Amino acid sequence: MALTDEQIERYSRHILLKEVGSKGQKKLLEAKVVIIGAGGLGCPVGLYLAAAGVGTIGVADADVVDLSNLQRQVAHTTADLGKPKVESLKESIQAINPDVKVNTYQEFIDSSNIRQIIRDYDFVIDGTDNFAAKFLINDACVMEKKPFCHAGILRFNGQLMTYIPGQGPCYRCVFKEMPPKDAIPTCRQAGVIGAMAGVIGCLQAMEAVKFITGAGKLLVGELQTYDGLNNVFRKVKLPPCNGKCAVCGDNPTITELVDYEQPTCELKH
Amino acid sequence: MAEIKADETVDVTHLVCPNTFVKAKVVLDELDEGQILAVRLNDGEPAQNVPRSLKEEGHQILSLDENGDGTYTLYVKKVGD
Repeated sequence: MALTDEQIERYSRHILLKEVGSKGQKKLLEAKVVIIGAGGLGCPVGLYLAAAGVGTIGVADADVVDLSNLQRQVAHTTADLGKPKVESLKESIQAINPDVKVNTYQEFIDSSNIRQIIRDYDFVIDGTDNFAAKFLINDACVMEKKPFCHAGILRFNGQLMTYIPGQGPCYRCVFKEMPPKDAIPTCRQAGVIGAMAGVIGCLQAMEAVKFITGAGKLLVGELQTYDGLNNVFRKVKLPPCNGKCAVCGDNPTITELVDYEQPTCELKH
Repeated sequence: MAEIKADETVDVTHLVCPNTFVKAKVVLDELDEGQILAVRLNDGEPAQNVPRSLKEEGHQILSLDENGDGTYTLYVKKVGD
């Protein structure tokens, strides 16, 4: 595939980079990334991957746009209130870059559908806001041998890490199992600064772009944390998988996906 | 100097910086190591910037010849993959 003159101009700032060049840009154009959650994290990830020319972007979310989302979910506008988030994000993506093919999945992601959905993609973005979904995404990615980037945000804090099959610990190696109910407040209860979603979402987009182009080093075996109040970025070294992980270890006890109960306050009907 | 035989040519006289270099780089990316690209470019900024940027990427500048019509032809040898 040769780049057209229009593509050469659109992606010139990428092509200028030694680490990307036209070869890296072609890889981006051929890449497929699925974003689970079209909210605070999923919006900036979708916008930046669209601008970067990622050829196929999947977007999964069951929700519709709510007024309280607009403080941080920057791909949705006031005119989108009540619209499915996957449709709203798709429109924003295509307004930026009509070359991008967008697949939408307007459904709750659970054990019955997640493996089927992620199977078609090269990289998975966890843009969800609850632990049940995060463990589900991790376990499904381990089972399907899919690389993914986890992230979470709360108040003025954010964190992310990347899992590459066979190269480092998975989310469950690090966090083991669901925290007890109500041990950790959700964004809905505790609040989150809007720009935090942008900072961490952009870092997730950066991980996806580096994975696709092969540039630089990924956050494998490391947890990046950001404390926005004190302007502190930290990288916490994670222990490698010790072989005892319930899902990615040598003798996994989790071989089928399970749906954890989500605290009811997180479900909006 | 003996005539240089180019494996590929590209004309960037219709472009402005940085697209002059970007276009040259895209064409060069398709060549194999050791092959030679001839780039036709305008006097001024392009004639200054394009050879410098290609050199920064590790390629070998062979010559920059004046064509007598306000344009130059830059011969560059691809280094590395």
